[in-house]
Amino acid sequence: MSSYAIQVHNVSKVFRKRTGWLGSKTIRRWALRNVNFHVEDGEAYGLLGPNGSGKSSLIRVLSTLLTPDEGWAEIMGMRLPDQERDVRRVIGRVSVDAAYYKKLSARENLMFTARVYGLDPAVAERQSRAILEQLGFDPKRFGDPLEDMSRGMQQKIAITRALLVDPPLLLLDEPTTGLDPKSKRDVMIFIEDLRRRKNTTILLTTHDMNEAERLCERLGMLAHGKLVAEGTADELKRVAALRDGFPSISTLEDAFLALAGEKLVDSDAAPAGEVA
Amino acid sequence: MVRQMLGFVYRDWHLTRRYWSWVAVFTIYALVSSATVTLIGVAAKDVRLTLTLTVGVLLWSFLSVLFNEIAMSIAFERWEGTLEYTFMAPVSRLVHMFGVSLYALSYAVFRALFVLAGLFVFLDLSFRGANLWGMLVVLAASSFAFVGLGLIAATLPVMSPERGAEATNIFQSVLLLVSGIYYPVSVLPRWLQPLAAVSPATYALSASRKLMGIDTYSGQAPLRGAAFSDVLPEIGILLLMGVVLVPLGFFVFGRCEAWAKRTGKLKRTG
Ligand SMILES: Nc1ncnc2c1ncn2[C@@H]1O[C@H](COP(=O)(O)OP(=O)(O)OP(=O)(O)O)[C@@H](O)[C@H]1O
Ligand SMILES: [Mg+2]
Repeated sequence: MSSYAIQVHNVSKVFRKRTGWLGSKTIRRWALRNVNFHVEDGEAYGLLGPNGSGKSSLIRVLSTLLTPDEGWAEIMGMRLPDQERDVRRVIGRVSVDAAYYKKLSARENLMFTARVYGLDPAVAERQSRAILEQLGFDPKRFGDPLEDMSRGMQQKIAITRALLVDPPLLLLDEPTTGLDPKSKRDVMIFIEDLRRRKNTTILLTTHDMNEAERLCERLGMLAHGKLVAEGTADELKRVAALRDGFPSISTLEDAFLALAGEKLVDSDAAPAGEVA
Repeated sequence: MVRQMLGFVYRDWHLTRRYWSWVAVFTIYALVSSATVTLIGVAAKDVRLTLTLTVGVLLWSFLSVLFNEIAMSIAFERWEGTLEYTFMAPVSRLVHMFGVSLYALSYAVFRALFVLAGLFVFLDLSFRGANLWGMLVVLAASSFAFVGLGLIAATLPVMSPERGAEATNIFQSVLLLVSGIYYPVSVLPRWLQPLAAVSPATYALSASRKLMGIDTYSGQAPLRGAAFSDVLPEIGILLLMGVVLVPLGFFVFGRCEAWAKRTGKLKRTG
């Protein structure tokens, strides 16, 4: 037994695609390669990495939506995929893609989720209105169809949907993409507040380095499906500076470019385990 | 668990409400095409034929809607991009799909009643003497088998978004052909007869005709609908098919879900 909220052990995932004459050839595309890491209970952990590096795939594995080819994952001591029903009770997920019934109103979308999670609809409605207010969502638009809402408003509904079920573990896949600076800050404040009040564990992917640095205690860097570095923001900066011989690295963005850039990835070296 | 199941009813009801113009178009289309079929019997001045066609269109209206609603539920979610969220919810597939089926059933009943009411506008019909309660039992008994078939068909769009919907439509038209909706299955070519024998609609139809008194129709009213005990064999076969097809449907569904999670097919794109 561990007190880890998330434990990922040697997880690999490859997607196969048939091409060529009658599908005679198969292209193998690695999404995850021998990924190992853990997130402590109550910790906020950030996953960084270029497009296509496997961040969303990793989140899908942890959300019981993707079965790894190798390795295993444990959520709050529950093994996937054997205990996926129990795992589903403790996770909330926000993804970048708009995943709603677009003709249904915000209220109908959220109340459907509430019911499917077995919540009392009246209580859930009050709660979702409260969350939306904190996120700066105009309450007058609560009954509008999702398709009439802006990207940012939709994203706030998605965040509310994940928080509505009050999960001890939040999987946030680019939760603030498409939000204006004010809304971005609202979301960050909300997440920080949530951690303070409920000790919620957070796994976050983002392309916003400031957000990662502000919200996360530790960061993991994915490149081509491999976890190439891990540590606090300062540790990553230091490691990047040492490795590339660029003592000038001072921002997380520089570290990101140095660590996740092509140069390091092309060498098929093993993931650079824990820093620190 | 009941609340979770009703959650799907809640969702599907609101979807129907929000897509009401499409619902209206399909319902009116169903009514008009049913009327055109039954008017063939009127033109032939053949009451027996008219009754046969009426029972056929009503039963088909009910069964095809039930089948289709279930079969398309997953395709729709994949299209909307909500499938991952629905599959992530802590709800068993049994509760999920029973919720979907429950709504599909109510919707199919409503549609069939609407078509029936509409037909009275076009036709001078009397069901006096028919065993209508018996008909209800037949509909209920055949529902299970069609829920099972719907569950199996629902997995097709997961495997291939476009091809799946095509396959569902082909499957449905083959059912229409072999089940003798508008004619006795005896007129089908010999090589199609085995398919008629395994289609649940065949038994629903044959039982309905007996209960309506179409087979024994003598030319004047009232109808002499068969007693319920006369259709017990058909009811038995329908229930047996349900007992096989519903668990088979869930089994196929479960296998398909596991496969989709291995190959990354739950995602809308890819
Ligand atoms: N369902 C799928 N089927 C086939 N290939 C997939 C699927 N999902 C992901 N991939 C592939 O796996 C790799 C990793 O994709 P993933 O979506 O995990 O990247 P990401 O780090 O989230 O990227 P981004 O920053 O753009 O969101 C990519 O090469 C992608 O094309
Ligand atoms: Mg992604």
